[in-house]
Amino acid sequence: MAITDTSPPGTNFAMGRYKRRKVGNTITMGLAVGAAVFGLLWLVWILAVLLINGLSAISLGLFTQNTPPPGSTGGLLNAIFGSLVMTVLGMLIGTPIGIMAGTYLAEYGKGTKLAEVTRFINDILLSAPSIIVGLFIYTIVVVPMGHFSAWAGSISLAVLVIPVVVRTTEDMLNLVPGSLREAAAALGAPRWKVIVQVTYRAARSGIMTGILLAVARISGETAPLLFTALNNQFWSVNMNAPMANLPVTIFQFALSPYEDWQRLAWGGSLLITVAILALNIGARMLASIGTKKGQ
Amino acid sequence: MTALSMTAEQSQAALATDGDMREKISVRNLNFYYGGFHALRHINLPLFDKRVTAFIGPSGCGKSTLLRILNRIYDLYPNQRAEGEVLLDGENLLSPKQDLNLLRARVGMVFQKPTPFPMSIYDNVAYGIRLYEKLSRADMDVRVEEALRKTALWTEVKDKLRQSGLSLSGGQQQRLCIARAVAVRPAVLLLDEPTSALDPISTSKIEELVDELKPDYCIAIVTHNMQQAARVSDFTAFMYLGELVEYGATDTIFTAPKEEKTEQYITGRFG
Repeated sequence: MAITDTSPPGTNFAMGRYKRRKVGNTITMGLAVGAAVFGLLWLVWILAVLLINGLSAISLGLFTQNTPPPGSTGGLLNAIFGSLVMTVLGMLIGTPIGIMAGTYLAEYGKGTKLAEVTRFINDILLSAPSIIVGLFIYTIVVVPMGHFSAWAGSISLAVLVIPVVVRTTEDMLNLVPGSLREAAAALGAPRWKVIVQVTYRAARSGIMTGILLAVARISGETAPLLFTALNNQFWSVNMNAPMANLPVTIFQFALSPYEDWQRLAWGGSLLITVAILALNIGARMLASIGTKKGQ
Repeated sequence: MTALSMTAEQSQAALATDGDMREKISVRNLNFYYGGFHALRHINLPLFDKRVTAFIGPSGCGKSTLLRILNRIYDLYPNQRAEGEVLLDGENLLSPKQDLNLLRARVGMVFQKPTPFPMSIYDNVAYGIRLYEKLSRADMDVRVEEALRKTALWTEVKDKLRQSGLSLSGGQQQRLCIARAVAVRPAVLLLDEPTSALDPISTSKIEELVDELKPDYCIAIVTHNMQQAARVSDFTAFMYLGELVEYGATDTIFTAPKEEKTEQYITGRFG
């Protein structure tokens, strides 16, 4: 429609341009929605395949029997146990170090060279491929010990935990207003008490969220365990010996030609996915509680 | 407003007859630097016990900076330093030997925005007490109640002491912060624009509170609001560009200022 000046003002303003804008809007929205659907499609597909193949593998035996030799029935008990043990131990080692380092960066080291260098290295570590961490622990723990062990597995997971926790702890502490620290200091509280009793409390839900995300990150890691804890066909609680774990078991069983091993791999994959999903939902719930309380 | 209707001579006379006036804090030739910036220049000022002293002046004149020196809260930040002397009961609190935590237990501070800790109302008030005293449950209850009564908050919160301090309204939060500061039993109270984030009703409650606390403390209040300074304070210090322009009895400052700058400021010609 051509622009004419014959119509009264406000009734027929530049209809041509308006229509063009509407078309532009429709195209842009279409592209955005299309991209979102395309991205989601793969995710849904992965989850659907995982559910279909995994659910058929879930049975009581999966949780009560150890990994079988090819051709016989079995479960994933030793792998589930090993994953739990090494994840918990990795968190126990990594979380305190991460929280303390994050506290240093946010509270004590502000503006110092050491803090700047630490933060930079931590950011690199945060995005470092986990296989490098596995190789590193292999070199400094497995080789001197002479054998693979659950300790080495836990340590390599701890190394993955640290940067995640350092980062979230620092970020969350930085969100705590300085006036809160001043208020506590103004009552005569020494610095460490201000941090432990007031600042941590104010940042608690955020720090917890970071810890849960770190658990989610390491519970699916394969590469760092491949070089450290390796795997174990049998039930083992010996921390000085190789220990079974879900990711490496999935890796091994999924690549095998045996159908019952492959089915167990699907079951294990579903278990890990559900666990990570639960952790992420938990982290989100914690974060939303935190923001509500902060207001 | 009665203060304003009194003449300067009358008020001077009234003050002079007060026998119990004691210089609690003496600021002597004080200079303060934010890095290279010279923020306070050669400040000399007394703060009297059982009196309220107001610091007024346009934004950036250094009134909050001066207040933040009195409990050395500026020490939390690197690159800030003070030179000169600030005597608290004759003892120089700027001395490097001064224990900062003990100093701050004696000189309480309340900030512009309410800063309740993320814990229960009871624990907020008990926090400062627990830092320096080991009290039995019952004694602590008494101290918390005493502080909350002093700040006229007790009737409003006595049934919800276990609730979060963050659940209170802004005005209540600020009174909670004053209760928290008072609970430690300090000798000096520093109020840094305590009502600038509050509504008029909460503001008048805080002002009444300052009046009620006056007999027990040496109080310094920074305010942007000149009516507030006139209402609550006995002495007023007018600051401008880091210097103390004029100091005197509040009614003198507001009715017969000696300096032209002071008169211009209080009559609203700048600032």
